[in-house]
Amino acid sequence: MTDRIADIWGERTPHGSGQAWPERVDQVLAEGLTDGDVDRWVQSACVLCSNGCGCDIAVKDGKMVGIRGRAADRVNRGRLGPKGLYGSWQGEAHRDRLTRPLIRVDGGLVETDWDTAMGRIVERSKELLASKGPLSHGFYTSGQLFLEEYYALGILGKAGIGTPHMDGNTRLCTATAAAALKESFGADGQPGSYADVDECSAVFLYGHNMAETQTVLWSRVLDRLDGPNPPKLVCVDPRDTEVARRADVHLAVHPGTNLALMNGLVRELFANGWIDEAYIAEHTANVEQLRSVVEPWTPEKVAETCGVDAADVRRAAEIFGTEDRVLSTVLQGFYQSAHATASACQVNNLHLLRGMLGSPGCGLLQMNGQPTAQNNRECGADGDLPGFRNWENPQHVEDLARLWNVDPGIIPDWAPPTHALQIFRYVEQGSIGLLWISATNPAVSMPQLERIRHILDKDSLFLVVQDIYLTETAQYADVVLPCAAWGEKTGTFTNVDRTVHLSEKAVDPPGEARSDLDVFLDYARRMGFTDRDGQPLLDWSGPEDGFEAWKECSRGRPCDYTGLSYDKLRGGSGIQWPCTAEQPGGTERLYTDAEFPTAPEHCESFGHDLLTGATTGETQYKATVEPGKAWLKALEYTPPHEEPDADYPLRYTTGRTAYHFHTRTKTGRSRRLNGAAPEPWIEMSVEDAARAGCQEGDIARVTSRRGSLEVPVRVGDIRPGTVFAPFHYGYWDTSDGGRHRAANELTVTEWDPVSKQPLFKNAAVRVEKLRSGDGPSKAPDTTASRRATGARR
Amino acid sequence: MKLPVYIGLLDEAEATLASSFRVVADGHGDEPDVHFILQTFAKKCDAHREALKPVIDRYGEDVEGEEEHRLTANGVKEVRSGPLALMLDLQDLYVLVSHIDVTWMMVGQAAKGDRDKDLQGVVEQCEGDSELEIRWLQTRMKQAAPQALLVAE
Repeated sequence: MTDRIADIWGERTPHGSGQAWPERVDQVLAEGLTDGDVDRWVQSACVLCSNGCGCDIAVKDGKMVGIRGRAADRVNRGRLGPKGLYGSWQGEAHRDRLTRPLIRVDGGLVETDWDTAMGRIVERSKELLASKGPLSHGFYTSGQLFLEEYYALGILGKAGIGTPHMDGNTRLCTATAAAALKESFGADGQPGSYADVDECSAVFLYGHNMAETQTVLWSRVLDRLDGPNPPKLVCVDPRDTEVARRADVHLAVHPGTNLALMNGLVRELFANGWIDEAYIAEHTANVEQLRSVVEPWTPEKVAETCGVDAADVRRAAEIFGTEDRVLSTVLQGFYQSAHATASACQVNNLHLLRGMLGSPGCGLLQMNGQPTAQNNRECGADGDLPGFRNWENPQHVEDLARLWNVDPGIIPDWAPPTHALQIFRYVEQGSIGLLWISATNPAVSMPQLERIRHILDKDSLFLVVQDIYLTETAQYADVVLPCAAWGEKTGTFTNVDRTVHLSEKAVDPPGEARSDLDVFLDYARRMGFTDRDGQPLLDWSGPEDGFEAWKECSRGRPCDYTGLSYDKLRGGSGIQWPCTAEQPGGTERLYTDAEFPTAPEHCESFGHDLLTGATTGETQYKATVEPGKAWLKALEYTPPHEEPDADYPLRYTTGRTAYHFHTRTKTGRSRRLNGAAPEPWIEMSVEDAARAGCQEGDIARVTSRRGSLEVPVRVGDIRPGTVFAPFHYGYWDTSDGGRHRAANELTVTEWDPVSKQPLFKNAAVRVEKLRSGDGPSKAPDTTASRRATGARR
Repeated sequence: MKLPVYIGLLDEAEATLASSFRVVADGHGDEPDVHFILQTFAKKCDAHREALKPVIDRYGEDVEGEEEHRLTANGVKEVRSGPLALMLDLQDLYVLVSHIDVTWMMVGQAAKGDRDKDLQGVVEQCEGDSELEIRWLQTRMKQAAPQALLVAE
């Protein structure tokens, strides 16, 4: 295996259309160890990006000492990315690990025992429930936990406390994926499969820097590109990413203009007759509205609005319109922007107009940013009801009440579940008095950080943080609970192409750390949550009980897990839901029969207006739905609310680097990964840097209406007018507590009206040189952030 | 013919609503969804008034001696403060929008009776916006009410 810091995607194993992706097993062991030293290998899957690669953990003397990809796994065929190889067990073995609970005493955090820590939480929780009721409680969780943990949290929040204030940081990455799928198809769940990479004749990546966000999936694409009959590749991204560099067409749109481009692409399909009239008539609704909304969006108008060439718009549309098997993937560049849901729906529309769903190569993946984001959406620890149930459907609420044996009245169904930014707003206003944050770090990952710090620091807030390190957020906590990490607990999780993996406990957690599941079960027990018969609401003894309970909850729903078991997931590869008695091997692709879950009694959502997020409502939905048909939803383009002006002339956008995940809680503690990208930077084009008087490595101040950054400049091949910053960096590892390095100091508190996803990808900023640097910035030269080559088209 | 009275009423009501949307949008900048969506709605009101211009040119918007028949709803001149502020302000907007919605309906009926295709087209476009504004206000108030009425300090 090559050094995968330098060679991120590893050696090529090319394959042609329709051929199986060859195996290639990647492995790293601790220095000085060989295979013979390993006591045992424990089955798992990697959690350091959303891809969900099957892997095995090496254990020696009760410690994790290595990782290797599982050759048999359908997701990765043995490969792992740099984060999995160098940051998985290494990112958890740091001496900073929390090993005992902490409580705040006289302003500082001091170690204590579990009884004392849980006692404090339960005391405050009971006091607030008695004095203010369930709406005083909020839960903000993660895309990092296991299915069983989310389901436990979903039950205790919705049927124990009865609060609608539950969300995950999935709101910051995948909420739009879920929203777009619900709006178009009636329920969440990806239609496509990763295997579509092997089958397609064209790949479209919309706002998806797959080369860095999902390095193993990008290896699969590279293996097609370097094999016989490679697919055509189209990239929509303002940066000159590795994807853009390999693309046949690169549409480097201005941030905030995705919808204009998408309306233009859809229009070209109509204008050139590249549509499947029969499929549209039989399986979709609303085509005339779509046609009229996109009508004004000629390639020339798109070119003017988005800052791209009209010829490139035509060429991209022609590829989509004339290739016979197109795979589309969508991610944050679309989701964290204005009109996020509307833009993502237009991708769904392209596939519906061509009837290109449910068959090999015709994949549609509204991607996730995190490995278990799908589970959060399924299990109801975020803004959804468990099992893709519809909060506006009383029958669905009754189902849950029956399943949990509780009064349906306790399940909050009177309004949409509260989204993350609204939860923080309620804390800001003092009406949420207890906020429980698990496995996420909003002090770095939320928009407009100065405001978030103020909220976390409020006297009226009792803040519980459970995590594996003392994050920037944990510093504000009243109680910190030390948790077990990946490899230290057992559970399942599901990736974006619906593949369910079992991750087994390999070693004990350090010190007194406990699994998140144990913490939630302990809290439910101490709170005395019971069902209608006075029995404990959560009587599980461990994760497998949770999985079995979840299977019942998923029965008959689109995400049916009833054909799965821990035993079935052991030994081989992951399995895709729905997996039932009738389909025991799982399901590769959804909607093969073009039958969509839009019937009112079955659908997950009655839908929204894409401009405002107003709910459609049961009456109107029932009056207009054509059960079983997908919706072709459309929205007219309008410019984003914050546009560059004389004071803030540049467009600011954020994203990832291949070497880090989230706020670097784990990856920043891996020597190899940290060495590859040790500090933040901003990327500017040659022209913009010259205008600001900046050279490579100079320290610049970037200012928006919300705050400022002081970081080195990387002069790169980003499109002129746009400034990029990686979002991973907080301040836990700075000596001076320096806060002017987190990308979200600058971002705006605004969200997509339907999916409630914040707009991280568009703000107006100005850049000034602060001082000369003492050499080039430490931005990676191996990725989209590499120094300008002048190759930009 | 009294239709001009109602056309004048609509024009005035749309102007009142636009300024009310802007007042509430500016006053609730800490609620970004409210802030931005109400600005969008205000622009729609402006567009409705533009669409009414040719109608007013044709019919006029006043009939001498009919001023006392003007049905007016007061606009929102300043936002409130305190825990119920957002909800009360949204509810005021709801009253205004509903008033306009039903006025458009009546003008639409007259347009049909008069077989005035142009006016029917204007009504169709504007009625849809009112209906959407009502749905959004309901969605947002439903979300806000429990917290504001039960828990807010």
